[in-house]
This record gives sequence, structure tokens and C-alpha cells, in this order.
Amino acid sequence: MSLPAHRLVSRLLRVCLMLGVLLLVSMVSGMLWGSSATAWQDCLRALLGRSDPEEVLPAILWQIRFPRVMLAALVGGTLSVGGLVFQALLHNPLAEPYILGISGGAAVGAISGILLGLSPFPGVAALAFLGSMGVMLVVIFLTPRETGDKRNALLLSGVMVNALCTALILFFVTMTQDARLHNILYWLMGDLSVALPRQIFSLGLLLLPGFVILYLLARPLNLLYLGEEQAGYLGLNVTGVTYLLLAVTSFMLSAAVCQSGLVGFVGLVVPHLLRLMLGPEHRILIPACLLGGGAYLVFCDLLARVLPSQGELPVGVITALIGAPLFIILLQRSRL
Amino acid sequence: MKSAVRLQQVWVGYGQEAVLRDLSLEVPEGAFFIIIGPNSAGKTTLAKTLAGQLRPDRGKVEILGRPVGAYSRQALARRVAVVPQYTPVDIPFTVLEVVLMGRSPHLSLAGLETRRDLELAADAMAATQVSHLAKRRLNQLSGGEVQRVIIARAICQQPQIIILDEPTASLDLAHQVHVMDLLEHLQKSRGFTVIMISHDLNLAAMYADTLLLLAQGQVVAQGEPAQVLTYDRLEQTYGCVLLVGENPLMRRPQVTLVPGRMLAKTQSYLQQNGLTGQGGAAREKTGAGGDRRGGPSR
Repeated sequence: MSLPAHRLVSRLLRVCLMLGVLLLVSMVSGMLWGSSATAWQDCLRALLGRSDPEEVLPAILWQIRFPRVMLAALVGGTLSVGGLVFQALLHNPLAEPYILGISGGAAVGAISGILLGLSPFPGVAALAFLGSMGVMLVVIFLTPRETGDKRNALLLSGVMVNALCTALILFFVTMTQDARLHNILYWLMGDLSVALPRQIFSLGLLLLPGFVILYLLARPLNLLYLGEEQAGYLGLNVTGVTYLLLAVTSFMLSAAVCQSGLVGFVGLVVPHLLRLMLGPEHRILIPACLLGGGAYLVFCDLLARVLPSQGELPVGVITALIGAPLFIILLQRSRL
Repeated sequence: MKSAVRLQQVWVGYGQEAVLRDLSLEVPEGAFFIIIGPNSAGKTTLAKTLAGQLRPDRGKVEILGRPVGAYSRQALARRVAVVPQYTPVDIPFTVLEVVLMGRSPHLSLAGLETRRDLELAADAMAATQVSHLAKRRLNQLSGGEVQRVIIARAICQQPQIIILDEPTASLDLAHQVHVMDLLEHLQKSRGFTVIMISHDLNLAAMYADTLLLLAQGQVVAQGEPAQVLTYDRLEQTYGCVLLVGENPLMRRPQVTLVPGRMLAKTQSYLQQNGLTGQGGAAREKTGAGGDRRGGPSR
């Protein structure tokens, strides 16, 4: 709610505290349980630094599980905030982070990288990043300038370019027969297992300024709900803000998606859930989506590792399995 | 007297078609200025141009003595508030939140609303009688209530000029009078310049100190209601027969519409009383009515 400063701030602090605790719990759980058969009590001891110095467990925890949990938190937060921004920007409750073609572009880039035999990081990630940013530019460029409703024009351009990319992806998948097919499918369903510490660090560094800019634009995002015309009457440079939001959000999403693959439903479910609970004020929702989305994906990734008796599931399978029914339940209750 | 808005030889169009053609006018500061005219005369386009939102293809727009280009959007929104014809209601915000959005031109980028902003919003809601709706969402309100909420938001903006596009169109009689009285009060007590589009000639005649009759993107007449609302001019512009009398309460014109089955009777009545010379000629020329180009009002 738009309220005088102190009430907004105190509400923001309360929300951040609660979701922050949730995120922390999810991250600690994500480090305690995993695919290796070690009991969680041992992991907890290692986490607190009370295990034998000779043991490999601390190394597993900090070198493998920690980067993975961090990646899940960053990607989940970015996807949720991205979904939130696109839903407000395009005035469409079904908008998700991938709606403007980011998924298609990233996938075509990543698959090219896999087929060329590049390493997951930085090779495949870099191509995926270039792919999604490239497609984003094409979508913005293709959107007619003179149309009355730019939002629908953007949406349709995005959907069509995405469809084109899907055709390319299917072509690649059909033509690939060897072990690389497995890599491609895992990438398409979302895979957080390849996280490296330096990868996480650079991702965090890339995302941070984006979050700051988005937060500064939170109040203008509220105004966009009134439609372009009225937002303009209230002093907002609608075109400028729209393109700035598009650029920043696409950059952040590309940076996240290129390292995780296509994790679906997070950017759809989390913003809707939080909006239902917290109302439409974006100055609350943006930090809430960052923390809540992070916690959600960390939990989903935990399930993806723990549920199968052997190996692990792509995390995108879990997010979709939970996300789709959850979204239907939300839809029933919210009367969009 | 200073002018609130001044247009000099302004041309505005959408693509090829010019909607306003070589239009010059001046709205004095503190005026109650009402724009009337048939459909697709260019009223809404004129209102958007006066608000500085639509930039002309040719000509000059000055707001409060400075060219419109000299204002940032935010600075413009601190001086000019607009109540549009249509407000989307699929907005999840409450009435109070929507009214508070009127403060945004006064806030910095990361600025938060203060207690003072809340007080201004409360005042504005009281003035338009929507205080009791403060916690409701916009999509739970009637059309008239939404209109009053948007007017409250415009008041909360603390502008010097308020521009309204048919603000009384969806209001019942009591609320029409209430909104017009409120605007008159704002004009008299706070020195607002009120610029309004209206289809209701009688309401316009009762409240305006200056009327502007617009047709086909050009000024047909401008002046006091009695000077503008004359029989010949209205018949010419709207292309229909009507009666122009005097409001029994004040020395302002009063316009009465004439149903088709009464046309013959009206013609002879008009001629007997020497009220018109050309009667049906204008009607035949313009066909079925005033809506010559058939498009929606812009």
C-alpha cells in the first residue's frame, strides 16, 4: 500500500525480515541435505566447523553445495522480480520472464554452445547470454512504433520470435543423436548443478546494480497500472521508463538464465502469490520477490536433489510440478 | 491578465490527417473555460494539446507563460492535472492509493509519501465525497465514483490548471452539479484554471465564463456563453434544429433539443418568432446529424 513513509518502511522491514528468514532456512536446508548419503547431522557439524580437519565434507559443502544454493537463490530471485516487472509493464497477469523471447534466444545460444562442444561456463553461458539479449533487441526492434497499444505489440512480437526460436530448438534436438542431447535437454529444463564459486560471484556482481535500478523505479511501476496515458499525466516519462525497465530486466534475466537453463514457472507463481498476500505496491513487492523467489527455487532445487533415489531431476521439472497446480489454485482464489 | 495556456497557429494530427488546423487561442489564468463542439471536432486532441501532452506538428504552445518544451514531464505535471475521459478500472490499488498517486509529480525518484501528502489526499477525497470509499478497490466502484476518485487525484496533484475531458458524462444529476460546483469552488477559492470538455451545452452555459465552440479542428466561436450559443451558429455547427432560450434562473442561454417528429412544428415556430432564416438548409447539407466523419470523439 502507498502509505506515509514510516508505515511503508516498517511494512517493508517486516516483509523482508520474514522472507529473509525463509530464504536463510531454505539455504541452510539446501546445504544440509543432498545427493550424497551423508547424514544431515554430520553436515551441520561440518557447517559449524566442528568436524575433523581431515574430512572432505566441508569441501563438499562449501565448494559444491554452497555455490549451487547461492545460484538457486539468485536465479529464483531474478526470475521472480523479472516476472513481476513484466506483468506490470505489459499489464498482463500471464506475463512471465520468458514472454518476450528471452528463453528462446538463450536456448538457441546455449544449444549452439553445447553442439560446438564448449564448456558450460563461460562458453555455453556466454552464448546463451548473447542469444537472449540478441532476441530481446530483435523483439524491441520489430515492435511497431506507431501502434496504439505498444504493450500488446511487444507481447505479440515476443511470442512470435519465441515460436521461431522453438522451431530452431526442435530442429537442433532432432538432429542431435549423441550424448550432447542429454545436456541439451537438461539445459532446457533448468539445471543448477554446474555452479562454480567464481560464476556465482560474477553473477551477483552483474545483478546488483540491476536490482538497485529496479527498486528506484518501483513507484513508477505502480503508476504504469493506470495505463500509459494517465501515468504520463502524472509526470512519468512512460516510454523512457518502459525501455529502461525492459533493458535492465532483460539483462538481469539473461545473466541468470544463461547459467541455470530454463527454469519455468518461478517468475509466474512467486509474484502472483506475493501480490495476493502483500498487495500491489511494488516498493514492497520487488524486495519480496527477490527474497521469496530465491527461497522458492532453493527449496525446489533441494527437492530435485533429494526426491530421486539415484541422480537428480532437472529443477525445472520440480518448479513446474509445484508451480502449475499452485497457479491454478491461486487463479481460483484471486479472480484476476 | 496572464494566460494559462496559449496556442499560436497550432497544427496537430495523427499521421496524415490534421485534427487541429491552424488553431490559435488563449485561456486566461483563473478562467472557467469549457470546450464544446460536435463529435470528431478535435476536442480531446485540443485538451491533450492544452495539457502539453500532445506536441503540435506546427505552431507554439505556451503554458503559464513558458513554451511547453521548457518543462520536464514532472514539472508539467506539478502545474497541469488531467482527468481523462476513461480510466481503466482493472487496477488492484485502493482509492486512497490512487489518489495518493497524484502526489508523484512532487516526489523525488526514491521519495516516500509524507504525512502531509496523506493529508492532501484526505482533503481531496473529502472534496469529491469519496472519503468513505478510501479502502475500496477501483474495480468495486461505479463509473461516477471512479470519475470522482480521478478528480480527487487531480486535486491532490495541486495543479494550477486542471483539464477535464467530459467529467460529468457518467454522473447522475446530483453528482453532475456537485462536480461542477466543486470545480467552480476550486476556480474561485484557489485560483485554479479549469479547462473542460463538455457535451452538455446547458451545463457548459451555466458554469463557463468562456465557451469555445470547436468544429473540424477550428475555432467557430469563443466568448461568453450568450455570445457563443446562438441559434444559427449551433444549427450550422451541429447540423440539427434546436431551440435556444434563456435559463429562467440566470441570464445564460438554454438549449433545448427537438425530436424528429416535432421538426415541422418547430420550423414554423422558429419562423414565426423570427429566430432563424435558413432552417432546414443546414440540416440537408450535413445529412443525418453532426457526426460528419463518423469516427469516435478524439
